[in-house]
Amino acid sequence: MNLDTNIGELWPLVWQGAYETLYIVAITLTLGGILGLLLGLALYVTRRGGLYASRATNLVLNVVVNFFRPIPFVIFIAAVQPLARVVVGTGIGNPAIIFALTLAAAFGISRIVEQSLVTVDPGVIEAARSVGASRLHIIRTVVLPEALGPLVLGYTFIFVALVDMSAIAGVIGGGGLGNFALQYGYRQFDAVVTWTAVVIIVALVQVVQLAGNVAARRIMRR
Amino acid sequence: MTTAAGPAATSVPLVELRDVHKTFPAARGGTPVEAIRGVDLSVEAGEIVGIVGYSGAGKSTLVRLINALESTTSGSVRIGGREIADLKERDLREVRLGIGMIFQQFNLFRSRTVWGNIAYPLEVAGVARAEQNQRISDLLHFVGLADKAHSHVDELSGGQKQRVGIARALATEPSLLLADESTSALDPETTQEVLSLLRRVNRELGITIVVITHEMDVVRSLAHRVVVMEAGRIVEQGPVVQVLSDPQQPVTRRFVSTIVDDEPDAEALAALHARHPGHFVKLAFRGDEVRQSDVFAELLSRDVRFELVYGGIEEVQGETFGNLTLALDGDPAAVTAAVAAVADLVPTTELSR
Repeated sequence: MNLDTNIGELWPLVWQGAYETLYIVAITLTLGGILGLLLGLALYVTRRGGLYASRATNLVLNVVVNFFRPIPFVIFIAAVQPLARVVVGTGIGNPAIIFALTLAAAFGISRIVEQSLVTVDPGVIEAARSVGASRLHIIRTVVLPEALGPLVLGYTFIFVALVDMSAIAGVIGGGGLGNFALQYGYRQFDAVVTWTAVVIIVALVQVVQLAGNVAARRIMRR
Repeated sequence: MTTAAGPAATSVPLVELRDVHKTFPAARGGTPVEAIRGVDLSVEAGEIVGIVGYSGAGKSTLVRLINALESTTSGSVRIGGREIADLKERDLREVRLGIGMIFQQFNLFRSRTVWGNIAYPLEVAGVARAEQNQRISDLLHFVGLADKAHSHVDELSGGQKQRVGIARALATEPSLLLADESTSALDPETTQEVLSLLRRVNRELGITIVVITHEMDVVRSLAHRVVVMEAGRIVEQGPVVQVLSDPQQPVTRRFVSTIVDDEPDAEALAALHARHPGHFVKLAFRGDEVRQSDVFAELLSRDVRFELVYGGIEEVQGETFGNLTLALDGDPAAVTAAVAAVADLVPTTELSR
């Protein structure tokens, strides 16, 4: 293994990459998180027996989500590039990556939200209906609070997935640790640089996962 | 409408169902399910009505038609004289505020404390915070959980959970409480605890209660009136003492036999005959019209010896009735004459081998 390394002079780029990764993931998790929550809620409430049960709506939503979700992210980036030019004004760089990642995340998150919400006991929803609560009120005050533990775990999982997906940002000129590792590590045959990026990513993921686990445990009080 | 049966009958029933049908649409590939097939039911203010039936008889659906958690397919549902069958969701929410409901699995919010659970209906009703606090505190004392106000639901026993459920159901001061198998998930001791709390709810707060159950014990110790359901219909109803002492329908007899030793079934009868010689008769004592001692004296006077081989005396809400199976021994002609004489005093059934 070639241990000649340029890591000494690349530290500023390491920190820049770490910052960009966090920045891309944070924005994506916020925007995609909100979109995914709404989409997931829509999937959940339109299910058979749901608060707004509608077979047709549920079918359409499922087809849409199932259409976009399996597309490999690297291809998804290319596919939505024209749309990115319209919405964020550019098809390359971090804005375009954030756009593609947000969309992809929304579809993934919608399933995770749906899965978390179906764990809510239908009995407590019936109890809320029996005291005269409206459906929107029930979603806000019963469904979401009762599913908060699984939701926190789900969003933690998505954070890790987004760190993973964001590593491909380089294909359209986006930044971040993944791009840094490919550009200065892999292509320069500098294993030390590659592994430095890997260690930082792993550390980041560990910290967030730990925080997510602790938060979920406190919410579920187990 | 009659005016003879006391004050309750002259006022509007609290709940009145007229020819109510409920059909659930077919599940994919299935057939529609007729859960309720033409039910007429009146519940007077202040009474406790027990609805019994096996699973699938339609009793859970019936109770959900009363607070409009389910909509009727046809027929009329009146609450306090107001037709609710065709109200909009917004107006139904107002009706539901006046009807509390408790559940077999308690259905408490795990994301809230005991206090938060009881607060929920008050928040929905838009009750001012100070009034909420007073009300919750009163309710916690009423159900005996003042020390658990800030406990989480998971820390409570089953009986405590149901008491929270009752407090939550009473929060908005409803005039009617629906209890859906409210003790079926509880052990016998806790069941008694919850039943006595429900009795207090009825007596001290004057709240009308409709309990659904498959446990006749619950009916016997709690209800004033019993309604028996089978296959989406009401097949029998009446005061509890009357239905327990004189069940008419086969399904009612099966339910009653779970708590009342009516008469020995074929197997028990065969076993009894193996042990006791003689002629078996079942005597049905009702009320205080006939004294057992009179009947026994009649038998003895005819030189017929007897032995009590099956049955017992039941006490239901202050009234007693008994079903006694006797083995009669003596000269066949004397026995026949004695049975005829006893049959004049008390309803008598001869049990053949």
